Amino acid sequence: MVKKILEASHAVAEAVKLCRPQVLGMYPITPSTHIPERLSEFVNNGEMDAKLIRVEAEFSAISSIVGASAAGSRVFTATSSQGLALMNEVLYAASGMRLPIVMVVANRALSAPINIWNDWQDAISERENGWIQFFVESSQEAVDTIIQAYKIAEDERVYNPVIVNIDGFYLTHVYEPVDIPDQEQVDNFLPPLNYKYKLDPTNPKTHGPFAYPVPYAKLKKRNFEDFHSFTPIIKEVHDDFAKEFGRSYGDGVIEEYKNDRPYVILTMGSLSGTVKEFVDSRDDVGLVRLRQYRPFPFEEVRNALEGKEMVLVVEKDVAFGSRSGAVFLDLRNALFDMKDKPRINNGIGGVGGTDITREDLGKAIDELKNKDGEIYWFEMRG
Amino acid sequence: MSGETEDMPLGGIIIKPGSTTENKTGGWRTFKPIVEPAKCVKCGICEKFCPEGIIDIDPEKGAVMNYDYCKGCGICAHECPTKAITMILEKK
Ligand code: SF4
Ligand code: SF4
Repeated sequence: MVKKILEASHAVAEAVKLCRPQVLGMYPITPSTHIPERLSEFVNNGEMDAKLIRVEAEFSAISSIVGASAAGSRVFTATSSQGLALMNEVLYAASGMRLPIVMVVANRALSAPINIWNDWQDAISERENGWIQFFVESSQEAVDTIIQAYKIAEDERVYNPVIVNIDGFYLTHVYEPVDIPDQEQVDNFLPPLNYKYKLDPTNPKTHGPFAYPVPYAKLKKRNFEDFHSFTPIIKEVHDDFAKEFGRSYGDGVIEEYKNDRPYVILTMGSLSGTVKEFVDSRDDVGLVRLRQYRPFPFEEVRNALEGKEMVLVVEKDVAFGSRSGAVFLDLRNALFDMKDKPRINNGIGGVGGTDITREDLGKAIDELKNKDGEIYWFEMRG
Repeated sequence: MSGETEDMPLGGIIIKPGSTTENKTGGWRTFKPIVEPAKCVKCGICEKFCPEGIIDIDPEKGAVMNYDYCKGCGICAHECPTKAITMILEKK
């Protein structure tokens, strides 16, 4: 293991390299660009034995790796914002076909107006697409989660695509110390992919066929039910990783920080760093961080929020037509039938790259302590 | 996939080849190609152009369509150099 000072995007590329994907279908888009850039260098220098497909747009990026994945290759792509939106149709195909694909999304606001800065609307808008989604806090967690993501996606009990979300700029462009694991250690943890349903001329199969209403409905029901069975497997992979590499993130699904206090901020991603500092400056507020956003960890958040006075969900997105942010919707659903449930408020901020500071969090908590069901917009600065 | 009781493979992947032969898709047809054997010179052009791959050239009868799968696209009739194939509206 070597500790290096790396830009998070470059740390991501290092982690991807360690996982030995065989096919990379990539198209650069801010703020994810440094990831394909660095991976291209690796392939060009012969440091990585992978086929890099230089496609003309994100629709082709994801299509190319869907094909390669169905043929049994370990694959990777990275994108952001409009790039993810352009992939939309194929994302449903990938999850419907239950392909073990891993993708990094460097989160960025969606047009219009054009904005290159960070928020979560891109990933949040893909919340119904059947992909597992993680949001990570640090470069180190990005590295570790990519390695885990392959292990999860390729588990026969799962066979499902995974998105690892990394906040654009706040994380992608930040330099911090990262432990890059040894190749040997990663090889032990992540053996070569042996995909059970790979396309093979000697044993023909069909991926993505036509289905009449009844088989279609049965398959959708199955995928829908399977989806929630992934959480224990995700925890298992996280624990195995912790044993092997000595690093863990809560229970692999949520992370609690000083969560013995009456008020809680529930959030995701790199913003959790700011929230931790804020929590350190107070004695009444704790943090619950969702590491796993899809499937939403219902049981885990219920247990973590039992007996609390008030939960403030802080998120960088909106759910149009639902009068709130999307994470708030799921959390309210999770707590709906809980006895003595906490009051729950929604802080929306960070949209289009606006700031959320410790002071902003303090102001919001103090204003919302005794409120319930409020949708609160953070002051817009940036 | 059309069956209602078959075991659902993960992700709708069909692990046994040939399932398309189980679904008789000829019922989708509106026009039916009819060969006039006297005009057919057995050149095999229709056989090569048929997108369903269901035309056989019989040494005696000439072009023979498998109507269980013929979708009535009319490509065979269009390509036939001797105009031996006519598309007729099918009454069901
Ligand atoms: S009509 Fe179309 S499908 Fe039918 S035999 Fe002719 S070419 Fe084939
Ligand atoms: S193209 Fe016409 S002539 Fe040639 S085999 Fe077919 S029906 Fe016969």
